[in-house]
Amino acid sequence: MSLCELTAHVLHEKLKAREITAVELTESVYARIVEVEPHVKGYLTLTKELALEQANRADTGFQNGDDMPALAGIPIAIKDVICTQGVRTTCASKILETFVPPYDATVMTKLHEQGIVMLGKTNMDEFAMGSSTENSAYQITHNPWDLDAIPGGSSGGSAAVVSADTAICSLGSDTGGSIRQPAALCGVVGMKPTYGRVSRYGLVAFASSLDQIGPFTKDVTDCALILNAICGSDAMDATSVDVHVPDFTQSLINDVKGLKIGIPKEYFTEALDAEIADRVHTAIAVLESVGATVEEISLPHTEYAIATYYIIAPAEASANLARYDGVRYGYRNESPEDLIDMYKRTRSEAFGEEVKRRIMIGTFALSAGYQDAYYRKAQKARTLIKSDFDAAFEKVDVIATPTSPTPAFKIGERTADPLQMYLSDVMTTPASHAGLPGISVPCGFVESGLPVGLQLLGAPFAEEKVLRVAYTFEQNTDHHRQKPPIVTDGGVS
Amino acid sequence: MATITVEGIRHVANLARLEFNEEETEHFTEQLARILDYIGKLNELETDDVPPTSHIHPHQVFIMGSEAEASHVAKPDVVKPSYPREKVLANAPEAEEGYFGVPRVVDRSH
Repeated sequence: MSLCELTAHVLHEKLKAREITAVELTESVYARIVEVEPHVKGYLTLTKELALEQANRADTGFQNGDDMPALAGIPIAIKDVICTQGVRTTCASKILETFVPPYDATVMTKLHEQGIVMLGKTNMDEFAMGSSTENSAYQITHNPWDLDAIPGGSSGGSAAVVSADTAICSLGSDTGGSIRQPAALCGVVGMKPTYGRVSRYGLVAFASSLDQIGPFTKDVTDCALILNAICGSDAMDATSVDVHVPDFTQSLINDVKGLKIGIPKEYFTEALDAEIADRVHTAIAVLESVGATVEEISLPHTEYAIATYYIIAPAEASANLARYDGVRYGYRNESPEDLIDMYKRTRSEAFGEEVKRRIMIGTFALSAGYQDAYYRKAQKARTLIKSDFDAAFEKVDVIATPTSPTPAFKIGERTADPLQMYLSDVMTTPASHAGLPGISVPCGFVESGLPVGLQLLGAPFAEEKVLRVAYTFEQNTDHHRQKPPIVTDGGVS
Repeated sequence: MATITVEGIRHVANLARLEFNEEETEHFTEQLARILDYIGKLNELETDDVPPTSHIHPHQVFIMGSEAEASHVAKPDVVKPSYPREKVLANAPEAEEGYFGVPRVVDRSH
């Protein structure tokens, strides 16, 4: 087995025992990148030279016998929506094609304190708007399990590279499911922490009341390690919450006895793919067999989550994306008639269609005469959705659902119909409205061979319970150990 | 909830500082009408007595099932150094004499 196929916690032991060096490990990942990246296309930017420097530095620490952090020397990929000092950050948009951030996002500062090796920046839907990564202005990312299928989105690149072993772990961002859904579709672990758990400083803003950074990993243990590194309040983000950050590895307990798991009936409708329903029910039965109590619950406002989301997120986006005006950074139209014309031409030429569509929906929803009927109404619906969860967590510890109603769909299948694409997020947006922590863990495969994800949700700041259930599930199954054909066949025929 | 017209789309595009040709305008009118029609689903909800949620952690956060209380977000008003001017201007499409450059907005003849 190549080093690039291993988990961060296994690699850490090998690095510590000096069985391997971080440079060897980094070379192993780049060798896999050379092999499969032309087919997967998960990266927008590779930073090999920088990565080898960072690996060398980690090796010096290990050689000196220093007490090295858990992620020292671990090769990690970063979604191209997170600002990386000196390394181009495009948000997969033409409007930021040349943008080189003068500062690091707080999560990057924290990862660098750990001594990580940054591999590069991953592809995504432009400004994180999408569910398939097809809205990138640069390239289509392919699902390592089926190269004709999408990897999910918007963090499709970050999910695909972990699945294809072209990264050990990665960071993504989740606004309405953009970590959990691609994790499910690519057969990896992906977690959105509680809103406020992780600083958003340096995360290019899409919908500020929903956006949250989180990890993609090959198992739940690595997920806990990344959470340990990135969580915590930050003076640079007033929405980060100053609560105690536990050592999340303490939640890696293979025991769910005494825990109550709620199964919301609204998630199991005829819209749910029958094979996915079957795999998720099997997964729930596994948890029950090892001691969890399972109880059906109701989250009655679930069906309103998508409509609510497609008002709130575009409204916030329309305000956040007003900053792209061709003045301070990014693309500018070269031959405008005047200032206003420069704004219009710049934005119209450099934003992609989905971004324009959302700016239009959001601007409309906030415009005079419509604000109460749309934006205000959606904020009230958000309260109802959140209240459903508040009531449910009075009774249960964790909620289990499918992560996505379908397995990965084919490239091009849903691009013609935006509404159809929006409905891809039906299982993930409700928890986003309530700011809940949620994880997707691999829970099997449909007959065609595509992976299925189990979503586990917790009350705000109850990541520990979510991790404990996820870890127990993982310890009693082997879905997370399966590798996609692109890895097992050693490339593409 | 209202339906959206071609005129409405032109108005919203102007507010958003976007411009579309005739074909795009019709395309967006049709698509937004469909999306707004779906969103009209929210009218099924009785929300007169429901307070709006703009943010899930309003000022102070009480964590379910524990005594923990998150602190207020206000911080001391302390002057700190900003980024150096040349760093801030480095990404600008046009910069001159320490300022961002834009097309002329003032008529010099007056």
